[in-house]
Amino acid sequence: MFAKGSFLRTLAARTTGHALALVARFITAVRADWHGIEPVDRQRVYFANHVSNADMPMIWTVLPPAMRRKTRPVAAADYWLKNSLRAFVGPEVFNCVLIDRRPDHREEDPLEKILEALDEGSSLIIFPEGNRNMTEAPLLPFRAGLYNIGKARPDVDLVPTWVANLNNIMPKGEVIPLPFICTVTFGAPVKVEEGESKAAFLARAAAKLAALAPENGVEA
Amino acid sequence: MTGTTADILLLAGGVVGILLGLTIFGEMLRLRVAEGQTNPVVETFMTRVHSWWIMVVLLSLALLTGRFGVVLLFAFASFAAMRELLTYAQKNTADHLSLALAFFVILPLQYLFVGLGWSALFAVFIPVYAFLLLPMVSALRGHPERFLVRVAETQWGLMICVFCMSHVPALMTLDIPGYGDRAILLLVFFVMVVQFGDLLDYFFGRRIGKTRIAPELSPKTLEGMTCGVLCAALIGGLLSWITPFGLWGAMAMAALASITGMFGSLVFAAIKRDRGVKDWSHLIPGQGGFMDQLDSVIFAAPIFYHVTLLIWAS
Repeated sequence: MFAKGSFLRTLAARTTGHALALVARFITAVRADWHGIEPVDRQRVYFANHVSNADMPMIWTVLPPAMRRKTRPVAAADYWLKNSLRAFVGPEVFNCVLIDRRPDHREEDPLEKILEALDEGSSLIIFPEGNRNMTEAPLLPFRAGLYNIGKARPDVDLVPTWVANLNNIMPKGEVIPLPFICTVTFGAPVKVEEGESKAAFLARAAAKLAALAPENGVEA
Repeated sequence: MTGTTADILLLAGGVVGILLGLTIFGEMLRLRVAEGQTNPVVETFMTRVHSWWIMVVLLSLALLTGRFGVVLLFAFASFAAMRELLTYAQKNTADHLSLALAFFVILPLQYLFVGLGWSALFAVFIPVYAFLLLPMVSALRGHPERFLVRVAETQWGLMICVFCMSHVPALMTLDIPGYGDRAILLLVFFVMVVQFGDLLDYFFGRRIGKTRIAPELSPKTLEGMTCGVLCAALIGGLLSWITPFGLWGAMAMAALASITGMFGSLVFAAIKRDRGVKDWSHLIPGQGGFMDQLDSVIFAAPIFYHVTLLIWAS
């Protein structure tokens, strides 16, 4: 009855998703700020800054429901498969594309899995820094993934997405989220230009993302 | 139906009448705009009217359910207001636990004490107990950087958003001889004179305002504020039948509430300027955040409560 993909399990996943979005809104009054791009149903890769485990649920919450259903976060398999609750929330509630971060263990190429999800028509949420940023710098250096995706699927919009204030709401190691206002800012899409080197593109994409950070650290 | 409930319905009916008038007025302005176009001033006005509708409906429902509903409504308003204020406050990871306590323990307890009518406790709980406890919790985590600024800003948020705001529902717990169960009407009186005073201050300030009282902070003018306070006093006089103050007392209390409220808004304008924000949030369409809407009520409530207690309560 509770087999993966069964009606009841899908219903439970949907309900959990709505409940999580409701909690996120109640705690942080999270709001989307579309800045140079419209919330329309196009295939996109949202690339975001990463300071807290709550980043991805915040972006997921502010996407309009029709777009949310077609958007899959790319996340670490070792985190989301740790126990059965996470294995339910990650792959089923958020419909994550799970990739293995450990090069020596993995059986499939992460880029293959990402491109596969794009070819099925999904939009994606990715965190190109790879890890949570615990430094004072606005962003860690980007990994190559964003460039490879942009090269392989040039028609897909790469949308910079800044999640503000989560380092205060839920810093690493804390369990109780604090109720502060959170704003998710979506910026104008970037593309890999003809003949642009990997390093140049990644630096340009990071600069576009950092430019969306509000001056007072909180709100645009 | 008791006399108090009938009076609440009558007052709610009066406010609904005013809102209906404003809504029809706005729709008529919309009709005068050429087809396919919109006038931003009219649209802003209508957004505000819609937000007022929601506020009036929520407050009326809360008042009709009695003390429980009112306490719950203001507890939520406190939560939303403190969220906005402390979002822009100084803090670091060492304050995580004390901030969590402020939001999830101290705020609910303060409203519980108000709801139970334990006035001796709710008057000292935040100024004494929270004031001493929260810095201890922050200190236990180390991190002395800007310690005094951090704990002071957290305490200020609690005082303003929870302690001061909780004096609005606390008006219901005042024991006034000869006033009986009508103390809930005192809350209606207070909210109406402060909010209408603010609105008329804004209206007259736009029309005839010249002399700015704090040009670096706010567009508030001497003329607008004077007219706003006089109108609040007049409205207070018209509503004196729901208060224990008598005609002149009601006018004086309305003027007092209105004037403390206006200076309260000025204080918040100074904070917003310093922190570089225009509105505290976007939660109330057309008006900004809860703090933008309630700043005057927050400042006026404790003064109104204590003057009433001093002169009229037993």
